Amino acid sequence: MPIITYREALNQALREEMQRDDRVFLMGEEVAVYNGAYKVSKGLLEEFGEMRVVDTPITELGFAGVGVGAAMVGLRPVVEFMTWNFALLAIDQIVNAAAKMLYMSGGQYPMPMVFRGPNGAALQLSAQHSQAFESWLAHIPGLKVVTPGTPYDAKGLLKAAIRDDNPVIVLEGEMLYNTKGEVPTEDYIVPIGKADLKREGDHCSIITSGKMVLVAMNAADQLAKEGIRVDVVDLRTVRPMDREAIVASVRKTNRAVVLEEGWELAGIGAQIVDYIQRDCFDDLDAPVIRVHQTDVPMPYAKAIEKAAKPDLAKTIAAVKKVMYLN
Amino acid sequence: MAAKKRTDGKHLPGDAALRRELLHTMLLQRRFEEKVGEAYALGKIGGFCHLYIGQEGVSTGVISMLRPDDYIITTYRDHGQALARGMTPRSIMAELFGRVDGCSRGKGGSMHLFDRNLNFLGGHGIVGGHVPIAAGVGFAIKYRGGDQVIACFMGESVVNTGAFHEALNMAALWKLPCLFIIENNKYGMGTAVERAAAIKDLSRRSDAYDGMHGEYVDGQDVFAVRESMERSLETARRESKPVLLEIRTYRYMGHSMSDAVSGTYRTKAELDEYLKRDPINLLKARMYEAGDLTESDFAAMEQEIKTICQDAWDFADASPEPSIEALHEDVLVDTTS
Repeated sequence: MPIITYREALNQALREEMQRDDRVFLMGEEVAVYNGAYKVSKGLLEEFGEMRVVDTPITELGFAGVGVGAAMVGLRPVVEFMTWNFALLAIDQIVNAAAKMLYMSGGQYPMPMVFRGPNGAALQLSAQHSQAFESWLAHIPGLKVVTPGTPYDAKGLLKAAIRDDNPVIVLEGEMLYNTKGEVPTEDYIVPIGKADLKREGDHCSIITSGKMVLVAMNAADQLAKEGIRVDVVDLRTVRPMDREAIVASVRKTNRAVVLEEGWELAGIGAQIVDYIQRDCFDDLDAPVIRVHQTDVPMPYAKAIEKAAKPDLAKTIAAVKKVMYLN
Repeated sequence: MAAKKRTDGKHLPGDAALRRELLHTMLLQRRFEEKVGEAYALGKIGGFCHLYIGQEGVSTGVISMLRPDDYIITTYRDHGQALARGMTPRSIMAELFGRVDGCSRGKGGSMHLFDRNLNFLGGHGIVGGHVPIAAGVGFAIKYRGGDQVIACFMGESVVNTGAFHEALNMAALWKLPCLFIIENNKYGMGTAVERAAAIKDLSRRSDAYDGMHGEYVDGQDVFAVRESMERSLETARRESKPVLLEIRTYRYMGHSMSDAVSGTYRTKAELDEYLKRDPINLLKARMYEAGDLTESDFAAMEQEIKTICQDAWDFADASPEPSIEALHEDVLVDTTS
């Protein structure tokens, strides 16, 4: 099986879906002539032309709305945000328009569209460019939210998102674009709403998604050297959330660490812990521990930026704590 | 570009049948809205409710010029345009009553009337939010190579939002067949337009975009609106270029159901002055003068419309409320296949 980058996987997904369905088009800042700020759309302008690969002005609210309007009358837009931080300007279109159109029209107007782009912190981009939006978006009924952590999942989930008749949010990772993995050449999708058990173990569950999957896998490798066997549950989708997969893992291991990139209060992890306390109350051997970003805006300086982020060391420490090993 | 054209009343445009139809459409909106006000007072209708009384010349003038395959999108003050488009009084009243036979199955209410069969893309509740959506519909028309247009109604306060500018910029840049229609009723809720917009002639906002034509027109004169639409449609449909129309009108009621008609942000004297230019009375007078209509014809029309509105009320009242299962329907399209 070919080994390609996360970036190439997304590019393949876009190309294949645009070849498959001429209602699919891509729009956003720098997606066409510049080949994408992160080169995810490289070569697409050449292949599909400027009507289907559309450079927009820097106007997130406006072009997100253009996507909504096009979806209302039968096209299947893929709206790229250069980063999800900029999508805050478009939140009215995502939350008030895309997520509610089907419901408030009594089922008359489906919204077959995708909003995608990099989410979360990269390196030293400081406060306005380093936010993880999983919990903001997962809060909204009418949306689906996927968070691919590997090239395989990136391609399969983006293809599924484009084929879905609902508005799907795809949260990619700036730091993931160069990561590599096996991706088949034949057509496939990754079903939205299904978690993936990325590593099997029986001592402790790490429940996570998106960029944090890599951190969890590294933690599992390190812990294995000490004889600690970790289950890594990659949610892959945070709305709808695969509650059964969470519960199955925790019932097996009786201990859980919930790892997320965002902040603690009202974070995705809070919902996961709620499912665990409701469904696994009698199965737990220790309180669940959450690993997340420190409750501050992201700083610039290297050392304190590192201190703010959830990482390998914090994850390993959390696993040991729920296992009462420290 | 001023285009405040008035017809002289002696040579009325169109034929007598068309003129009667226009009058009928306007009168239906007026009487329907009066009935809505009554139902609201009795608690049959809840939530926010914005009446269209006084502005009927705008909806009627614009929509009577559109083709069935053209698109319409509007704001939360949407009852008038929905009726002018041909949505049934029954389906609208049932929606206002929150019943299953409503045009949005009781899920939307007054601010969110939709009818897919009539390309009526909804009433939208966030000021300015629907203007980029209209540009998107224009984009889709162009993408598919069609010759439809979209008419996007908005209140005058929209011209101060960022969404308005972003949408008009893209519509001009990409040459989209969009008619941006400002219904200038002089007040954004209780704030007079001159206290909110740093420009007097709102149609001049089009000057900010190369290739976008703008004009203003008297919205109390349905023929003036139609004439302006004829030119605008030529531009949008044939040349695939957006147009900005400022249609000057007045609302005779409060912003919604909870505020006084006059006495706070506007005077009774101002209201009385505008009542003299009631779009329905103006049309009626000219039709009398032209011999299109007698007083007894008009009385018969009133009677017929009264019956239609009462029928809408009775229908809505008899329609069931949505079942509890409906609560969970239409959140997402089922994609389990």
